[in-house]
Amino acid sequence: MKQKKWYDFMWIVSLTYLILGFFNILFAWLGLLCFFIPLLISIIGGSKAYCNRYCGRGQLFGVLGGRFGLSRKKDVPKWMKSKAFRYGFLIFFFIMFFQMLWNTYLVFAGAQDLRQVVTLLWTFKLPWQWAYHGTLFHAGAAQFAFGFYSVMLTSTVLGMITMVLFKPRSWCVYCPMGTMTQLICRARNGKL
Amino acid sequence: MGTTTKKRRKAVVSQAECVACGCCVKVCPLAAIQVVKGIAAQVDREKCVGCGRCARECPATVITLEEAAV
Repeated sequence: MKQKKWYDFMWIVSLTYLILGFFNILFAWLGLLCFFIPLLISIIGGSKAYCNRYCGRGQLFGVLGGRFGLSRKKDVPKWMKSKAFRYGFLIFFFIMFFQMLWNTYLVFAGAQDLRQVVTLLWTFKLPWQWAYHGTLFHAGAAQFAFGFYSVMLTSTVLGMITMVLFKPRSWCVYCPMGTMTQLICRARNGKL
Repeated sequence: MGTTTKKRRKAVVSQAECVACGCCVKVCPLAAIQVVKGIAAQVDREKCVGCGRCARECPATVITLEEAAV
Protein backbone atom coordinates (compact mmCIF):
# COMPACT_ATOMS: atom_id res chain seq x y z
CA MET A 1 0.00 0.00 0.00
CA LYS A 2 1.35 3.35 -1.01
CA GLN A 3 1.76 6.07 1.62
CA LYS A 4 -1.05 8.60 1.28
CA LYS A 5 -0.02 12.18 0.60
CA TRP A 6 -1.83 15.35 1.60
CA TYR A 7 -3.20 15.75 -1.90
CA ASP A 8 -4.93 12.38 -1.70
CA PHE A 9 -7.52 14.06 0.52
CA MET A 10 -8.59 16.79 -1.89
CA TRP A 11 -11.95 15.03 -2.23
CA ILE A 12 -12.79 16.46 1.19
CA VAL A 13 -12.21 19.97 -0.19
CA SER A 14 -14.45 19.21 -3.17
CA LEU A 15 -17.22 17.89 -0.95
CA THR A 16 -16.90 20.86 1.41
CA TYR A 17 -17.23 23.22 -1.55
CA LEU A 18 -20.55 21.69 -2.59
CA ILE A 19 -21.84 21.79 0.99
CA LEU A 20 -20.77 25.42 1.52
CA GLY A 21 -22.68 26.47 -1.59
CA PHE A 22 -25.77 25.03 0.01
CA PHE A 23 -25.49 27.53 2.87
CA ASN A 24 -24.01 30.58 1.20
CA ILE A 25 -23.89 30.78 -2.56
CA LEU A 26 -21.02 33.28 -2.54
CA PHE A 27 -18.65 30.42 -1.66
CA ALA A 28 -19.18 29.32 -5.27
CA TRP A 29 -16.53 31.87 -6.26
CA LEU A 30 -13.91 29.56 -4.76
CA GLY A 31 -14.65 27.15 -7.60
CA LEU A 32 -12.65 29.40 -9.90
CA LEU A 33 -9.60 27.75 -8.35
CA CYS A 34 -10.64 24.50 -10.08
CA PHE A 35 -10.46 26.40 -13.37
CA PHE A 36 -7.35 28.48 -12.98
CA ILE A 37 -5.04 26.02 -11.18
CA PRO A 38 -5.26 23.26 -13.84
CA LEU A 39 -4.94 25.84 -16.61
CA LEU A 40 -1.88 27.43 -15.03
CA ILE A 41 -0.28 24.04 -14.34
CA SER A 42 -0.74 23.01 -17.96
CA ILE A 43 0.27 26.36 -19.47
CA ILE A 44 3.29 27.00 -17.23
CA GLY A 45 4.26 23.50 -16.13
CA GLY A 46 3.17 21.64 -19.27
CA SER A 47 1.66 18.77 -17.33
CA LYS A 48 -1.63 17.35 -16.17
CA ALA A 49 -0.49 17.25 -12.54
CA TYR A 50 -3.86 18.70 -11.55
CA CYS A 51 -5.79 15.72 -12.96
CA ASN A 52 -3.09 13.29 -11.89
CA ARG A 53 -2.80 14.44 -8.30
CA TYR A 54 -4.91 17.27 -7.04
CA CYS A 55 -8.35 17.04 -8.63
CA GLY A 56 -10.76 16.65 -5.71
CA ARG A 57 -13.72 15.98 -7.95
CA GLY A 58 -12.07 12.96 -9.57
CA GLN A 59 -11.02 11.72 -6.15
CA LEU A 60 -14.58 12.12 -4.86
CA PHE A 61 -15.86 9.88 -7.66
CA GLY A 62 -13.00 7.48 -6.92
CA VAL A 63 -13.95 7.30 -3.24
CA LEU A 64 -17.71 6.97 -3.81
CA GLY A 65 -17.42 4.57 -6.73
CA GLY A 66 -14.47 2.63 -5.36
CA ARG A 67 -14.43 2.47 -1.58
CA PHE A 68 -18.19 2.92 -1.23
CA GLY A 69 -18.90 0.60 -4.15
CA LEU A 70 -21.41 2.90 -5.84
CA SER A 71 -20.20 1.98 -9.32
CA ARG A 72 -21.01 -0.90 -11.66
CA LYS A 73 -17.38 -0.73 -12.84
CA LYS A 74 -18.34 -1.37 -16.45
CA ASP A 75 -16.48 0.00 -19.47
CA VAL A 76 -17.60 3.36 -20.81
CA PRO A 77 -19.22 3.13 -24.27
CA LYS A 78 -16.87 3.65 -27.19
CA TRP A 79 -18.46 6.94 -28.30
CA MET A 80 -17.83 8.48 -24.90
CA LYS A 81 -14.06 8.25 -25.31
CA SER A 82 -14.09 9.35 -28.95
CA LYS A 83 -12.41 12.63 -29.82
CA ALA A 84 -15.65 13.87 -31.39
CA PHE A 85 -17.58 13.52 -28.14
CA ARG A 86 -14.79 14.81 -25.90
CA TYR A 87 -14.15 17.92 -28.00
CA GLY A 88 -17.86 18.34 -28.69
CA PHE A 89 -18.62 18.30 -24.97
CA LEU A 90 -15.81 20.80 -24.37
CA ILE A 91 -17.33 23.18 -26.92
CA PHE A 92 -20.82 22.71 -25.51
CA PHE A 93 -19.50 23.38 -22.01
CA PHE A 94 -17.78 26.52 -23.25
CA ILE A 95 -20.96 27.83 -24.88
CA MET A 96 -22.96 27.23 -21.71
CA PHE A 97 -20.22 28.86 -19.66
CA PHE A 98 -20.27 31.99 -21.80
CA GLN A 99 -24.04 32.09 -21.64
CA MET A 100 -23.69 32.08 -17.85
CA LEU A 101 -21.17 34.92 -18.07
CA TRP A 102 -23.58 36.83 -20.31
CA ASN A 103 -26.36 36.49 -17.73
CA THR A 104 -23.95 37.76 -15.10
CA TYR A 105 -23.12 40.73 -17.32
CA LEU A 106 -26.81 41.54 -17.77
CA VAL A 107 -27.26 41.72 -14.00
CA PHE A 108 -24.15 43.90 -13.65
CA ALA A 109 -25.47 46.16 -16.39
CA GLY A 110 -28.83 46.44 -14.67
CA ALA A 111 -30.69 44.90 -17.60
CA GLN A 112 -31.78 41.87 -15.65
CA ASP A 113 -32.70 41.14 -12.03
CA LEU A 114 -30.80 38.68 -9.87
CA ARG A 115 -32.25 35.20 -10.25
CA GLN A 116 -31.74 33.15 -7.10
CA VAL A 117 -31.83 29.77 -8.79
CA VAL A 118 -29.33 27.02 -9.50
CA THR A 119 -29.78 25.57 -12.96
CA LEU A 120 -29.13 21.85 -13.02
CA LEU A 121 -28.10 20.16 -16.28
CA TRP A 122 -28.62 23.52 -18.07
CA THR A 123 -32.38 22.99 -17.82
CA PHE A 124 -33.87 22.47 -14.39
CA LYS A 125 -34.20 25.56 -12.22
CA LEU A 126 -33.80 24.67 -8.57
CA PRO A 127 -34.90 27.19 -5.93
CA TRP A 128 -31.80 28.15 -3.97
CA GLN A 129 -32.82 31.42 -2.28
CA TRP A 130 -31.94 30.14 1.22
CA ALA A 131 -28.26 30.31 0.30
CA TYR A 132 -28.39 34.01 -0.49
CA HIS A 133 -28.07 36.48 2.36
CA GLY A 134 -27.23 39.60 0.40
CA THR A 135 -23.83 40.75 -0.73
CA LEU A 136 -21.50 43.63 0.01
CA PHE A 137 -20.78 43.75 -3.69
CA HIS A 138 -22.99 44.20 -6.72
CA ALA A 139 -25.89 41.77 -7.28
CA GLY A 140 -23.97 40.62 -10.36
CA ALA A 141 -21.38 39.05 -8.06
CA ALA A 142 -24.16 36.90 -6.61
CA GLN A 143 -25.48 36.10 -10.10
CA PHE A 144 -22.05 34.81 -11.06
CA ALA A 145 -22.00 32.69 -7.89
CA PHE A 146 -25.38 31.13 -8.73
CA GLY A 147 -24.23 30.50 -12.28
CA PHE A 148 -20.88 29.06 -11.31
CA TYR A 149 -22.41 26.82 -8.66
CA SER A 150 -24.79 25.57 -11.35
CA VAL A 151 -21.81 24.60 -13.50
CA MET A 152 -20.14 22.80 -10.61
CA LEU A 153 -23.29 21.00 -9.46
CA THR A 154 -24.18 19.99 -13.00
CA SER A 155 -20.76 18.47 -13.63
CA THR A 156 -20.93 16.67 -10.27
CA VAL A 157 -24.34 15.20 -11.06
CA LEU A 158 -23.25 14.16 -14.58
CA GLY A 159 -20.09 12.65 -13.12
CA MET A 160 -22.12 10.77 -10.50
CA ILE A 161 -24.41 9.31 -13.16
CA THR A 162 -21.49 8.02 -15.23
CA MET A 163 -19.75 6.90 -12.00
CA VAL A 164 -22.74 4.66 -11.18
CA LEU A 165 -23.20 3.39 -14.75
CA PHE A 166 -19.56 2.89 -15.68
CA LYS A 167 -16.23 3.14 -13.86
CA PRO A 168 -15.83 5.43 -10.82
CA ARG A 169 -13.84 8.12 -12.61
CA SER A 170 -15.64 7.93 -15.96
CA TRP A 171 -16.11 11.71 -15.68
CA CYS A 172 -12.35 12.07 -16.28
CA VAL A 173 -12.84 10.66 -19.79
CA TYR A 174 -14.98 13.59 -20.94
CA CYS A 175 -14.19 16.24 -18.31
CA PRO A 176 -13.90 19.54 -20.23
CA MET A 177 -11.05 20.77 -18.04
CA GLY A 178 -9.18 17.52 -18.59
CA THR A 179 -9.70 17.69 -22.35
CA MET A 180 -8.62 21.33 -22.41
CA THR A 181 -5.46 20.81 -20.32
CA GLN A 182 -4.52 17.79 -22.45
CA LEU A 183 -4.96 19.94 -25.56
CA ILE A 184 -2.72 22.63 -24.04
CA CYS A 185 -0.08 20.02 -23.17
CA ARG A 186 -0.25 18.62 -26.70
CA ALA A 187 0.10 22.10 -28.20
CA ARG A 188 3.05 22.89 -25.95
CA ASN A 189 4.83 19.77 -27.12
CA GLY A 190 3.91 20.24 -30.76
CA LYS A 191 1.70 17.16 -30.87
CA LEU A 192 -1.60 18.56 -32.02
CA MET B 1 17.92 -28.61 -27.61
CA GLY B 2 15.28 -26.06 -28.53
CA THR B 3 15.36 -22.57 -27.18
CA THR B 4 12.42 -21.42 -25.16
CA THR B 5 11.29 -17.83 -25.16
CA LYS B 6 9.50 -16.75 -22.05
CA LYS B 7 6.35 -14.78 -22.63
CA ARG B 8 5.27 -12.18 -20.16
CA ARG B 9 2.22 -9.98 -20.12
CA LYS B 10 2.83 -6.25 -20.22
CA ALA B 11 0.45 -3.33 -20.03
CA VAL B 12 0.05 -1.38 -23.26
CA VAL B 13 -1.61 2.05 -23.38
CA SER B 14 -3.46 3.17 -26.50
CA GLN B 15 -1.65 6.48 -26.97
CA ALA B 16 -4.33 7.95 -29.21
CA GLU B 17 -7.19 7.31 -26.78
CA CYS B 18 -5.51 7.96 -23.41
CA VAL B 19 -6.97 10.99 -21.60
CA ALA B 20 -3.93 11.36 -19.32
CA CYS B 21 -6.02 11.40 -16.14
CA GLY B 22 -3.39 9.48 -14.18
CA CYS B 23 -5.69 6.94 -12.51
CA CYS B 24 -3.33 4.16 -13.63
CA VAL B 25 -0.33 5.87 -12.02
CA LYS B 26 -2.02 5.82 -8.63
CA VAL B 27 -2.67 2.06 -8.60
CA CYS B 28 0.58 0.75 -10.10
CA PRO B 29 2.42 -1.10 -7.29
CA LEU B 30 5.77 -0.76 -9.09
CA ALA B 31 5.56 2.83 -10.34
CA ALA B 32 5.94 1.42 -13.83
CA ILE B 33 3.47 3.79 -15.49
CA GLN B 34 3.73 7.56 -15.81
CA VAL B 35 1.81 10.31 -17.57
CA VAL B 36 4.38 11.88 -19.87
CA LYS B 37 4.11 15.63 -20.58
CA GLY B 38 0.38 15.61 -19.89
CA ILE B 39 -0.33 13.85 -23.17
CA ALA B 40 -0.64 10.14 -22.43
CA ALA B 41 0.43 7.44 -20.00
CA GLN B 42 3.46 5.36 -20.88
CA VAL B 43 4.54 2.02 -19.46
CA ASP B 44 8.08 1.20 -18.45
CA ARG B 45 8.27 -2.30 -19.92
CA GLU B 46 11.27 -3.17 -17.78
CA LYS B 47 9.34 -2.58 -14.58
CA CYS B 48 5.86 -3.78 -15.63
CA VAL B 49 4.94 -7.25 -14.37
CA GLY B 50 1.55 -7.30 -16.10
CA CYS B 51 -0.58 -7.38 -12.95
CA GLY B 52 -3.38 -5.58 -14.77
CA ARG B 53 -4.36 -3.13 -12.04
CA CYS B 54 -3.94 -0.15 -14.35
CA ALA B 55 -6.08 -1.81 -17.01
CA ARG B 56 -8.87 -2.42 -14.50
CA GLU B 57 -8.64 1.10 -13.09
CA CYS B 58 -8.45 3.01 -16.39
CA PRO B 59 -11.77 4.90 -16.70
CA ALA B 60 -11.52 4.93 -20.49
CA THR B 61 -10.41 1.26 -20.64
CA VAL B 62 -7.59 2.00 -23.04
CA ILE B 63 -4.96 -0.19 -21.35
CA THR B 64 -4.63 -3.79 -22.46
CA LEU B 65 -2.33 -6.59 -21.39
CA GLU B 66 -0.37 -8.00 -24.25
CA GLU B 67 2.02 -10.90 -24.37
CA ALA B 68 5.57 -9.91 -25.09
CA ALA B 69 8.63 -12.05 -25.54
CA VAL B 70 11.22 -11.39 -22.85
